[in-house]
Amino acid sequence: MTFGIMTASYIGASALFILALGGLSHQESARRGNIYGILGMALAMVVTIAGAVNDNYLLLGLGLIPGAIIGYVLAKRVEMTSMPELVAILHSLVGLAAVFVGFANAYGHAEFDSLVAQRIHDVETSLGIFIGAVTFTGSLVAYLKLSGKVDGKPLQLPGRHVLNSAIVLVSLYLIVEFAAAGATDGMTYLWIITVLALVFGAHLVVAIGGADMPVVVSMLNSYSGWAAAAMGFMLGNDLLIVVGALVGSSGAILSYIMCRAMNRKFLNVILGGIGTKKVASNGPVAEIEGEIVEIQAEEAANALLAAKEVMILPGYGMAVAQAQHTVYEITKKLREKGVNVRFGIHPVAGRMPGHMNVLLAEAKVPYDIVYEMDEINDDFPKVDVSIVIGANDIVNPAANEVPDSPIAGMPVLEPWKGKQTIVLKRGMSRGYAGVENPLFYKENTRMLFGDAKQSVDALLKYISE
Amino acid sequence: MKIGIPKEIEEGELRVAMTPAVAARVKQLGFDIAVESGAGEPASFSDDDYRAVGVEVTSDTKSLWHDSDILVKVRPPVAHPELGFYGIELLQEHQTLISLLHPAQNKAKLDELAARGTNAIALDAVPRISRAQKMDVLSSMANIAGYRAVVEAAQHFGRFFTGQITAAGKVDPAKVLVIGAGVAGLAAIGAAKGMGAIVRAFDTRLEVKEQVASMDAEFLELNFAGEDGSGEGGYAKTMSAEFIAAEMALFAEQAKEVDIIITTALIPGKEAPELITEEMVKSMKPGSVIVDLAAESGGNCRLSEANKVIKAHGVTIIGYTNLPSRMAAQASQLFGTNIYHLLTELCPNKDGVIDINMEDEVIRGATVVKEGNITWPPPAPRLSAAPKTDVSEPIKTHKDIEKEAKQPSAFGFLVPVLLIGAVLLGIGSVAPAEFMGHLTVFVLSCFVGYMVVWGVSHSLHTPLMSVTNAISSIIIIGALTQISGESLGVSILAALAVFITSINIVGGFAVTHRMLKMFRK
Repeated sequence: MTFGIMTASYIGASALFILALGGLSHQESARRGNIYGILGMALAMVVTIAGAVNDNYLLLGLGLIPGAIIGYVLAKRVEMTSMPELVAILHSLVGLAAVFVGFANAYGHAEFDSLVAQRIHDVETSLGIFIGAVTFTGSLVAYLKLSGKVDGKPLQLPGRHVLNSAIVLVSLYLIVEFAAAGATDGMTYLWIITVLALVFGAHLVVAIGGADMPVVVSMLNSYSGWAAAAMGFMLGNDLLIVVGALVGSSGAILSYIMCRAMNRKFLNVILGGIGTKKVASNGPVAEIEGEIVEIQAEEAANALLAAKEVMILPGYGMAVAQAQHTVYEITKKLREKGVNVRFGIHPVAGRMPGHMNVLLAEAKVPYDIVYEMDEINDDFPKVDVSIVIGANDIVNPAANEVPDSPIAGMPVLEPWKGKQTIVLKRGMSRGYAGVENPLFYKENTRMLFGDAKQSVDALLKYISE
Repeated sequence: MKIGIPKEIEEGELRVAMTPAVAARVKQLGFDIAVESGAGEPASFSDDDYRAVGVEVTSDTKSLWHDSDILVKVRPPVAHPELGFYGIELLQEHQTLISLLHPAQNKAKLDELAARGTNAIALDAVPRISRAQKMDVLSSMANIAGYRAVVEAAQHFGRFFTGQITAAGKVDPAKVLVIGAGVAGLAAIGAAKGMGAIVRAFDTRLEVKEQVASMDAEFLELNFAGEDGSGEGGYAKTMSAEFIAAEMALFAEQAKEVDIIITTALIPGKEAPELITEEMVKSMKPGSVIVDLAAESGGNCRLSEANKVIKAHGVTIIGYTNLPSRMAAQASQLFGTNIYHLLTELCPNKDGVIDINMEDEVIRGATVVKEGNITWPPPAPRLSAAPKTDVSEPIKTHKDIEKEAKQPSAFGFLVPVLLIGAVLLGIGSVAPAEFMGHLTVFVLSCFVGYMVVWGVSHSLHTPLMSVTNAISSIIIIGALTQISGESLGVSILAALAVFITSINIVGGFAVTHRMLKMFRK
């Protein structure tokens, strides 16, 4: 196969990948997008295997086939609540693959036209391995935290900023040394860089709290892209560069969206300041006026039946309690009775971007009644009853009203502007941010205490009667 | 503890303090209940209805008063026409009387209750705060009075309320003016609206304008510089002389136009203000109706007489003071539910024992005699219904703060642009052409990615992540190009990379497919 045909196919594959991402702009075209992605990948692989592989077919098969089977089984078995874990572990694999490819290339001893070309190539190799290794251990730690295998609390070593800076500076120095020595003589440098990067990645994520995992997962998504792009530079392969850049910028945008939704600075999240910010304890911390008023399930069900416009605001607590299926049963019943039920989703309602949408989709909630925060916040004055299920910080009016609150400025859903809000909650505990929620004390808020699953079951029972 | 429910003996009083349905709920709080035989009869609840829910029915009125721990009544105790006692003199220490008591007007009764060493809870002294709304009989009775006022008016009004176009000709809708948009006024607006009338409402408290508008009635306003009649506890206060003059002019004008006037203007503890003069009555169309809900405390209309329907200058003027009794079943049910809520507050442990907790704002307010001591009037409430906020300094919203924080210099954005330009130039001056080619592709792809990803629907961000995950495994290309090397080590490394990335490719695409399949309309 000629170089021309391979390049042409790669251009085709690049276009298909761009179409794949473009397809995700609407639900209607999303599945087509995924198929474009599969086609692009298949095209690139077939052409590469046909053009570049002329030996070691056994090794190829041993890698390809078991990998494909494992991947397929993982994808079939994963619970939708565990999507963040799956994504994190898959990120770590991209990172690890980048490290392997980088080392394979370094040991492969390529020939170069000039000294500059060789140095650039070595910088690319070491940089790619560095990013790959950071992605690998970072994602691994994120996976462990998300799946609860290690404590979600941030582990913050004293002097961690100094430690991180030192690792980065030393690595940069070693990259320069490696490029100067060349791949033949400088392999020790490359190994040290790899070890440093592995430590760096793990340390970076260990210091970040559970509440910030959406940002971390998006960030690692971005890194896996940059790792691929670095490999592309190393191999002089434009397809890798294009895809790496696409994925890298995609992850970066997601991180940005998540940070904005939490009103946090990206650096602040990444350097692990988060959720640990000391609240100024002297001085009155926002006096909350009003009283908690309890409501029973029967009364709440009647309020729902009497309403014309109902807004359901789910948080991760709903998913933890596995209440989404019952919530949809309630939605169906109410819609049959002519109540307009809609869902309002805060960007950080789940544990990764768009996670809540997937959970609702799994419960068969039609996507055209699921709205983003920005789409529905202005509609609340027309809403008769809002139900908050397992959410806290994302519906906290303190974000708008209390300028010195730790969550001040964070965009939130605004159910208190509607006629009535019913909050399903286990107890009076605070959210991730550790802030009191004045919503619970508002005059038009009623609290339905109890386990989310049991509460929605009771609601469903009374609504069906 | 035992709750006793005597029959109401006042003339025209048809309500009963507890219906059988309410009694059943109160029993769940652990109380025993005894009811005087025939107490529910006027409100259409038979003795058997009470027996059916386990309430004792007794005809011995005297022992009912004497033996019950808690006496629940609607009206304040009055002398019994046949038995020659009126209850209070039979009470003793540890007994508690719960009823309407009008403590401001009934000082003598309070003294008498105090002398007997009892406790007394006045239902009309429940503070007007949001938490106490469920126990506020004045509100629930006013609601009924407002509704019934419209029904009474309709009965005496010889025309339709609603406008109609019939074969026999066109009928204009009735015009109703409601003065005072409190609970009763709003209920009257709702009822009149429901019957199809054109409704106008007036109130000195500007805060009710929205409530009136929300019921689709017209709020009449005076062109009067900023006087608001909102007094303490959600009631109205007395207005200035100029204001009243302007107000009267408005009523005089309206009287000529409207068919029905319903007045509900009351200022607590004072004689009702006179709003409809004889002149205005004269100016009304013959056949018009006035319902005066303030007739008991003097009346809003000059001509109205308490408890009577009179006709003057061709206008029917209704001065019933017992409108809730005219809907006795409904009124008893709401009254009883208010009592139930009060008892749940008094008996938080649901053990059938009441605790008059003077620390509790609501109970403190309603308790007028405690163990023989008069505790009325209560200290001023801690919170008014709508706390006044001092807005001398506007609160900064987060947007303002953002605005203040972000005031970048006009050339600030040039700094990174220049820096990046310099770096690119630096690389370009040394790097080989091939590298620059790749760099071009890289930078352009970043921009393409940026544009495309912003277009992705927020709801599809999780699938976006899993699909980018799959395609970032394009690294497999790098592994494939190296798998056929001469060195076995390199080939094995490459094969390992192929293995890992193929997990990723298949896993990523498959899980994306699975998720996208779930999204449905």
